[in-house]
Amino acid sequence: MKKHVVSSDYDVASGTIITYITGFILSLILTLLAYFLVTQKLYTSVNQIIVIIAGLAVIQLFVQLIFFLHLGRESKPRWNVTVFVFAVLVVLIIIFGSIWIMNNLDYNMNHSDSKIIKDELNHE
Amino acid sequence: MNDNAIVIPSDKVSIEKENTNKTLFGFWLYLMTDCVLFAALFACYAVLHGNTFGGPKGSDIFSMPYILAETLLLLTSSFTCGMAMLYARKKQKNIALYALVATFLLGLSFLLMELYEFRQLVIEGHSWRQSAFLSSYFTLVGTHGLHITVGLFWMIVVSYQIYKKGIQEFSVKRLALLSLFWHFLDIIWIFIFTVVYLMGVI
Repeated sequence: MKKHVVSSDYDVASGTIITYITGFILSLILTLLAYFLVTQKLYTSVNQIIVIIAGLAVIQLFVQLIFFLHLGRESKPRWNVTVFVFAVLVVLIIIFGSIWIMNNLDYNMNHSDSKIIKDELNHE
Repeated sequence: MNDNAIVIPSDKVSIEKENTNKTLFGFWLYLMTDCVLFAALFACYAVLHGNTFGGPKGSDIFSMPYILAETLLLLTSSFTCGMAMLYARKKQKNIALYALVATFLLGLSFLLMELYEFRQLVIEGHSWRQSAFLSSYFTLVGTHGLHITVGLFWMIVVSYQIYKKGIQEFSVKRLALLSLFWHFLDIIWIFIFTVVYLMGVI
């Protein structure tokens, strides 16, 4: 039997005690893992550990979105998810766009640095 | 009952629920714009964190066990806030209130630890005036702390309402908004913890 009860989506923002405890334990594990990887220096290169802890943070973001904020559990026109995806897009543009532009500026403005002179000598 | 029966929300309760969902969505929109605010501050920090102007680097001033304690306090408070929400929906007033008080105390200890950290930095002469790195650090972490402060005041109001008037439709709605806000602040802190503190001491 199909159910088309309009008001049934009221409880979208509620979870069960199991989802909260799961989310809490997963978050604890991810936090402590990132912490000990960094403080105990369990890594070989700086780039490697930056990618790893950034990855752990993003995983924890999704753990909390799913288990604490119950994202994606709403009924069909999923406006919350749509707005969230758009916000993520804007956030990524702001952060990585700024880093990209500012690094370029830094490179082109910093004349006291011998880096540019060296690069230009290489071109000649 | 007909197979394709559609229950139209004509009664008062359904309309209220519909309005609650609209309010939650509106608040979700606000949180997403707040994300953009924090993105700008994170971008600022990412660009400026190397410009220490002869002052200390992140690894010189961050005490990692202290920061881990702060992080665990906030994470636990996010969990107890979820518990408050859960038991408020089950109409168990006392458990919901205890969970809210626990959330408040955990959040307050987080805030006090953060303020103490700021105070130590300023006393040692590493205030926001010293370098671009410290300016962007204080702005980013301070803005998060300001949000936490607002959340704590809000928590007092909601707890008082539930204590006085019991668990009503409107108090559950307000608590739902507050818990969205609190979980959101915890997510922002994960990124501050990772980007500012962990990447700062590598």
